[in-house]
Amino acid sequence: MEYIANKEIIARRIAQIFKTGEVVNLGIGLPTLVEKYISPEVNIILMSENGIMGLGPAPAKGFESRDITDSGGSAATIRKGGCFFDSATSFGIIRGGHVDYTVLGVLEVDQDGNLANYKVPGKMVPGMGGAMDLTIGARIVIAATLHFQPTGSSRLKRHCTLPLTAHKEVNLVVTDLGVFEVQGGRFYLAEYFAPYTPEYILEHTDADIIVKNNCIKVVINTQITEEKQCQKLV
Amino acid sequence: MYFVIIHSQYDNKVIMVLKPIISASDAADRIKDGNSVMVGGFLNCGSPHSIILALKEKNTKNLTLISNDTAIYNLKTRVITGLALLVKNKMFRKIITSHIGTNQETQRQMNAGETEVELVPQGTLAEQIRAGGAGLGGFLTPTGIGTEVANGKQIIFVNHHSFLLELPLKADVAIIKARKADKSGNLVFNGTARNFNPLMATAAELVIAEVEEIVEVGEIDPNEIHTSSIFVDFLVKAEQFDY
Repeated sequence: MEYIANKEIIARRIAQIFKTGEVVNLGIGLPTLVEKYISPEVNIILMSENGIMGLGPAPAKGFESRDITDSGGSAATIRKGGCFFDSATSFGIIRGGHVDYTVLGVLEVDQDGNLANYKVPGKMVPGMGGAMDLTIGARIVIAATLHFQPTGSSRLKRHCTLPLTAHKEVNLVVTDLGVFEVQGGRFYLAEYFAPYTPEYILEHTDADIIVKNNCIKVVINTQITEEKQCQKLV
Repeated sequence: MYFVIIHSQYDNKVIMVLKPIISASDAADRIKDGNSVMVGGFLNCGSPHSIILALKEKNTKNLTLISNDTAIYNLKTRVITGLALLVKNKMFRKIITSHIGTNQETQRQMNAGETEVELVPQGTLAEQIRAGGAGLGGFLTPTGIGTEVANGKQIIFVNHHSFLLELPLKADVAIIKARKADKSGNLVFNGTARNFNPLMATAAELVIAEVEEIVEVGEIDPNEIHTSSIFVDFLVKAEQFDY
């Protein structure tokens, strides 16, 4: 089976997780795509660590304000009912456990829930920004990532080799192959995205993965079907 | 009518310690070689761009910068904005910041050992500045436990949870940006341009606020003032809005 990188399915799947009223922080990059796929019936509260509760979509051309930006520095809007605050208040909200979900990009994520995404020593050192506070403070930490690096190796690891952004904080990893819960030093495969199979995922991932008894096959156009239960393979 | 604002009935005193309104160039002159400087803003949003441009002209050296980021320096698009102009001029000896992913020059100088860069989690940086301005000896945060950020720092257990002891940050000068000031220096920020600005206003010896509009004392509703005039030493009328 040939692997074709697919960011869209990751964003679509994560978008289905949230319920109305939940407070969500989306990181820069792949996580930002998630917003596009949130159902119109679901009314979440997006927070942005640069100081917005109730972040809205990007403004139409010509309606940008230089004083309203998102955490990536792009022009943004605020929804009615939203508010602004300073950076100390913002991170009080984050560390204080008032954010339900944070969705972050990944360089490496391991089966202990460690996440590395801010530094490749000597090469690329963007810095952690707000990611360390977000992973510490958010109720549920979701790592969003293509399953494989361009070199072909899996981003899901037994142990991260890069400097850590988060120590044992990741709860859920969503890749373009499936959904992995992190628990007790293992990945648990909760969903796999057809046409990939649990066998394919186990074979191509260098980590301990347990396929859950109620593991669900998800067809790629996001229709979740409990088509069949797969057997526990590990 | 207890819900409206009642001014004193007994005298007509107004808090009228007016702050000098100086030029951006004059503001930049007050930043001396070797100073530590806090600069407000988040990826250019809410940065004091007029003062930054004036400071670039002065070419002041050996500064220590405390700022959320170092703005944008992109070799591919050739976009160089805000604080990146100062990084390019190599005006900083040390940079304390949370994110340099948008500035390839800061990364290059760091990797080449030309400039010392200390990367700090954004929430820790904000709280360090708040602590500096609020007279605290530091604070305990869970952020950074189990990472390189914890190296060399004291870990303290409270209720069976481990926390890092982080120390306060202060600076010689803070240059900040607000939407509006009255002539005594009360400040109102706008949108996400607030970010680090009100924190930095409390944590530096000398505070210079660049503002878009200056109104008479009493014209701003006291409920809507974000930063009290007591924190502000000088006002600069913004000349540069875009970067």
